[in-house]
Amino acid sequence: MNGEQMLLEIKDLSIHYTTEDGVVKAVDGMNLEIAEGETLGLVGETGAGKTTTALGIMNLISTPPGKIVKGEVIFEGEDLLKKKAAELRKIRGNKISMIFQDPMTALNPVMTVGDQIIEVVKLHRKVSTKEAIKHTHDMLELVGIPGERYVDYPHQFSGGMKQRVVIAMALACDPSLLIADEPTTALDVTIQAQVLTLMKKLKDELNTSMIMITHDLGIVAEVCDKVAIMYAGNVVEYTNKENLYRTPKHPYTVGLFNSIPAPDVDEVRLKPIEGLMPDPTDLPSGCPFHPRCPKATPKCSQVVPENIEVQPGHFVKCLEYSEGGLY
Amino acid sequence: MAEKLIEVRNLKKYFNTSKGLLHAVDDVNFYINKGETLGLVGESGCGKSTTGRVLLRLIEATEGEVIFEGKDINKLNHKEMRKMREEMQIVFQDPYSSLNPRMTISEIIAEPLVVNKVYKTKEEINKRVSELMEIVGLADRLADTYPHELDGGRRQRIGIARALALNPKFIVQDEPVSALDVSIQAQILNLMADLQEELGLTYLFISHDLSVVKHVSDRIAVMYLGKIVELTDYKTIFNNPLHPYSQALLSAIPIPSIDVEKKERIILEGDVPSPVNPPSGCRFYGRCRHRKDICKQQLPELKEMGKEHFVACHFAGELE
Repeated sequence: MNGEQMLLEIKDLSIHYTTEDGVVKAVDGMNLEIAEGETLGLVGETGAGKTTTALGIMNLISTPPGKIVKGEVIFEGEDLLKKKAAELRKIRGNKISMIFQDPMTALNPVMTVGDQIIEVVKLHRKVSTKEAIKHTHDMLELVGIPGERYVDYPHQFSGGMKQRVVIAMALACDPSLLIADEPTTALDVTIQAQVLTLMKKLKDELNTSMIMITHDLGIVAEVCDKVAIMYAGNVVEYTNKENLYRTPKHPYTVGLFNSIPAPDVDEVRLKPIEGLMPDPTDLPSGCPFHPRCPKATPKCSQVVPENIEVQPGHFVKCLEYSEGGLY
Repeated sequence: MAEKLIEVRNLKKYFNTSKGLLHAVDDVNFYINKGETLGLVGESGCGKSTTGRVLLRLIEATEGEVIFEGKDINKLNHKEMRKMREEMQIVFQDPYSSLNPRMTISEIIAEPLVVNKVYKTKEEINKRVSELMEIVGLADRLADTYPHELDGGRRQRIGIARALALNPKFIVQDEPVSALDVSIQAQILNLMADLQEELGLTYLFISHDLSVVKHVSDRIAVMYLGKIVELTDYKTIFNNPLHPYSQALLSAIPIPSIDVEKKERIILEGDVPSPVNPPSGCRFYGRCRHRKDICKQQLPELKEMGKEHFVACHFAGELE
C-alpha cells in the first residue's frame, strides 16, 4: 500500500474446521495489514470468522478439529505460523495480547487480580517480585482502579471493573499489538463508554496497535482507523474509516448500515438484509453473499469475486467492481 | 381519544436477601394506551425485567396496583387470573432457553391453546398453529423440527408466535432482539411493528439498547435503581432529556457515523450502586455531576415538566 513497514501482515490465511457435518471454511483466503499505532476494526456478525482470525493470528486454533491450512501471519517481519511453541509462548501476553469478550470468565476466580497481573509480568520480564508488585499497582492505576485493590478477587469487582483488570493484564508487558474481541458487548452502555474512552487513551499514550473485533458500527466509528468487513470467512470490504462510512461499496456493508436503528435518525422502517447467514459447511457457490444480495445476477453464483481496489486504499470483493462487471 | 389499557400505580417489588431488603421495583407509576408501545429502558439491575414480570403477575408484587382494562389484576383469584393471562403475554430475551428443547415447533406454539383448552379437535389446533407460523414468517415445513435445529432469529419468531396464540391484547417484550445479530434484529423489529398494526397490539418494550427502543416506542420510561427517572415521548427523550442519567445514557451511545459533531461525552464515574438498602434521597446522587445537598436528603418525585414529560430531579430544566 505505501512504504510503511507493517506491524502485522496476514497473507492468504485459510482456517478450516472438520466437523461431523462437513468442513467449515471459517476463514477463507484472508489478507489484512496493520501499521504501528493503528486500530483496525474487524466487523461481522456471528459466524463471520472474526474470532477464528484472532485465534489464528496467535496460533491458538485447537487442532483438531481446526487447522490452519495455508497462509502467513507476518508479525514484526517474522511468520508466526512457522514458530515453535516455546517461541510463541514468549510472544503471547508479551508482544501480542488478547482481551476476550466475557470478562466474567476470563479471570481466574481463585486468584487475586494482583496475582494474575504479576503472573504475566514475571513470565515475560526479568524482575524481582517487589518490582512486579509495583508495576501491577501502576497498571491498575492506569486503568482507573485504586492500586490497593490488587489483593481483591474478581468476584469483588463489577463487570466494568473486571474488564479493566483484563485490560491491565493485557497491557502489562506493553505489547505492540492488542487484539480485543468484543471487549464491551457484555457491558452496560455507560460502562462501555468508560471502557472505550480508557482504551482510546491508552492506545494514544502507549502507541499500541489494536484489532477491535465487533459487530457494532458505532464503536468502530469511535475507535478505529481502518475497517475490514467480514462475511462467511472472507473480508468483503477493507478501507479506512472515512471511506467506509461515506462511500460503502459492498452490498453487505450497505445492508448492515441499513439494518441499524440510528439514534439520530427518524426512520419508520428498517431495511434488513433478506435471508440468513449461510450454512458454513455448505457455502453458496461463487460469491458467498449472492443469495442475500439485492444486486445479484446469475454470474454472481458462478464466479468468485476477486479483491478489487476501487479507489486508493479501498478494497472490495464484488463483481460489480470487477472487469466485466455483473453480467 | 387515547384509551388506557394498563395502568400501574405505586408498584413495588422487594426481595429479602441475606444482606438486606433489595428494592428491585420501587414505587413505579405509568400507563400504556391501547395500541401504543411504551419503551422501558435502563441498564443491568435497574428493575426493568422485574417490572415486566410483576406487570404480568409472573411474580407477585410486594405492593401496588396493576389495572388492566379497569380491573386490578393483583386482586384476582387463581381462576380469574388464569383467564386474564390470555390477554397478556410475554416474549423472552433468550431464544435459546425460552423454548422447551424437547418439543417440536408446532408443539411449542400449540401449548397455550392446549393448556387453555381453546379448541376441541386436533385439526383446529393444527390449523391455528399453521396460521400463526405464517403470520410470523416461519415456513410450514419447519413444524416438526426442534428448536436446536434453527437459528436465533427463527427461534425468536417461535416465541412471538407462541405469544400471539391466544389473541392477547398486550405483550411484554423483554429484550426480544438483544441476543440476535444486527441484520436479523431488523427483520424481527419490522415484524413486531407490522403485527402491532395489523392486530391492534399494545407493547411494553424492555431493553437496554436506546437506539432500538427509540425506533419501536411511542413513549419511553428511563429506569434507574428501581425507579422511573424520566418519562416522555420518543422524540423528546432524544432531543431534550432532562434527567442527568438520561443525558448520560444518551451520550454514551456510540453513533455509527463519522459526520456527527463530536458531542460532549458525559462519562459517568463509578458503578451502579446496589439496590439493597438503597440510600434515602436521590438514587443517582453518587454518580451525578450536578449533585447538591438537597439531593442527598430528599428523594425527588416525578414532576411534569412539559406536555407529558415527567422528570424526577430537583433541578430538572435548570441544568444545561
